[in-house]
Amino acid sequence: MTILRRTALVFGLPSVLFAAWWVFSAGSVDFYRPPLSSILAAFAETWFGSRIRDDVLPSLLRLAAGYSLALVLGIGLGVLIGLSPRLRIAVEPVLEFLRAIPPPVLVPILILFAGIGDLMKVLVVVSGCVWPILLNTVEGVRAIDPVLADTCKAYGIRGADRLRHLVLRSASPQIVTGARQALSVGIILMVISEMFAASSGLGFTVVQFQRGFQIPEMWSGVLLLGLLGVLLSGLFRLVERRVLAWYHGQR
Amino acid sequence: MIRRLLPLSGLLAFALLLEVVPYTGVVSAVYLPPLHRIAGALGQEFGRDAFWTALLDTLRTWLTGLAIAVGAGVVVGVVVGSVPLLRAATASTVEFLRPIPSVALIPLAVLLYGTGRTATLLLVVYASFWQVLVQVLQGVTDVDPVARDTARSYGLGRLARIRWLVWPTTLPYAVTGVRLAAAVALILTVTGELVIGTPGLGKEIALAQSGGAVAQMYALIVVTGLVGVVANVVTRDAEKRVLAWHPAFRKEAAA
Repeated sequence: MTILRRTALVFGLPSVLFAAWWVFSAGSVDFYRPPLSSILAAFAETWFGSRIRDDVLPSLLRLAAGYSLALVLGIGLGVLIGLSPRLRIAVEPVLEFLRAIPPPVLVPILILFAGIGDLMKVLVVVSGCVWPILLNTVEGVRAIDPVLADTCKAYGIRGADRLRHLVLRSASPQIVTGARQALSVGIILMVISEMFAASSGLGFTVVQFQRGFQIPEMWSGVLLLGLLGVLLSGLFRLVERRVLAWYHGQR
Repeated sequence: MIRRLLPLSGLLAFALLLEVVPYTGVVSAVYLPPLHRIAGALGQEFGRDAFWTALLDTLRTWLTGLAIAVGAGVVVGVVVGSVPLLRAATASTVEFLRPIPSVALIPLAVLLYGTGRTATLLLVVYASFWQVLVQVLQGVTDVDPVARDTARSYGLGRLARIRWLVWPTTLPYAVTGVRLAAAVALILTVTGELVIGTPGLGKEIALAQSGGAVAQMYALIVVTGLVGVVANVVTRDAEKRVLAWHPAFRKEAAA
């Protein structure tokens, strides 16, 4: 396949869709569906100013804090549970139940405990992100190749070395899968936590626009959230390619 | 025997923890009522008509959204997946649209559809559609080349190939997609009810919260968790049943 053809395939449909949106909305007088040109104008005006510092950055920082905390908690507990069959059997039903609770319903509970500040929003992200990571880590640790485990035993590898070179290494593909699921849950929860009670943040601002009938601004916020989702998942794929380079090379 | 009792003991320990912690003063009993009060509130809920209506509303929104997403995901996936040019042309668009967090659509949904069920359905369908589509796309391309050549040399037509070749290959992927979609759809259903105010369990939780009925709020959250558990069990069971012929499951059953 020539480069030209490949570029056409990658950018063809998106540009057609984009052009169609532009053309069909150009003469739109519908209050709720403004022309794309005015949405884009609002985009530049709304987000390329102090809002980046006041709204976008705090949201992303809270997401980062919650996500990292969930990673540490999920992997730590997951290794612990995965290494002990008895503990795993004992906590499995509880974990199944806790995982099945839709994370957004925990927002009202967390508001009771942590108020409506940054702590609550970080905790909301943690409470949703931790389950996919935890459960996948448990599964990954369980599925360690018995031959490798026996080899480690035979060579007398134990303690931190065993944890690092055997347990975490062989569980890492599964952990990454969990982390990927957790990221999309995390973005959702970041937005939701700000829709409830907040004075800053992306979710708050977008809802504020909607309530104030600032329609082009609201559309631009929706676009920005979408772009952020795409950007973060692209970033994740880059990190994944580095972390799992040995694994993808093997296959 | 011990293996039987272990899961039970885990549940018991968890229940005990919930009952005892409020009395220790680590957290205020106002914020975390002891388990027996939550259970009492749950019992009261079972007696309320509004609770059953809300539960039914939630289930209806969830299943409707899931059905639409699965139908659309399977049809679009099979059609797009079996035409290589179409697949190549849509790949970048799918990769772009998929990670858009569905909650970004909440303000839009409210503006366009108000607080009715359609607004929540939009979120549910958008979020779960991609789960199914991506899996089906992957499944369609996974057709065994030997089987494909065999089908061709036996002169199977396009429809027959889809029925006897593509569909059985895709089914395991599709079922996984449905399982993932069911969980995501439930989350978005409750979220929509909680944030937008569509009738259902989520709205009841929001009402209990603003009314300061903490025990009732916990009881309702427990109910959403139970709905989620039942959904997981049912989809996993259905997966086993639908794929009973599949080698991976046959092996598991024999072991």
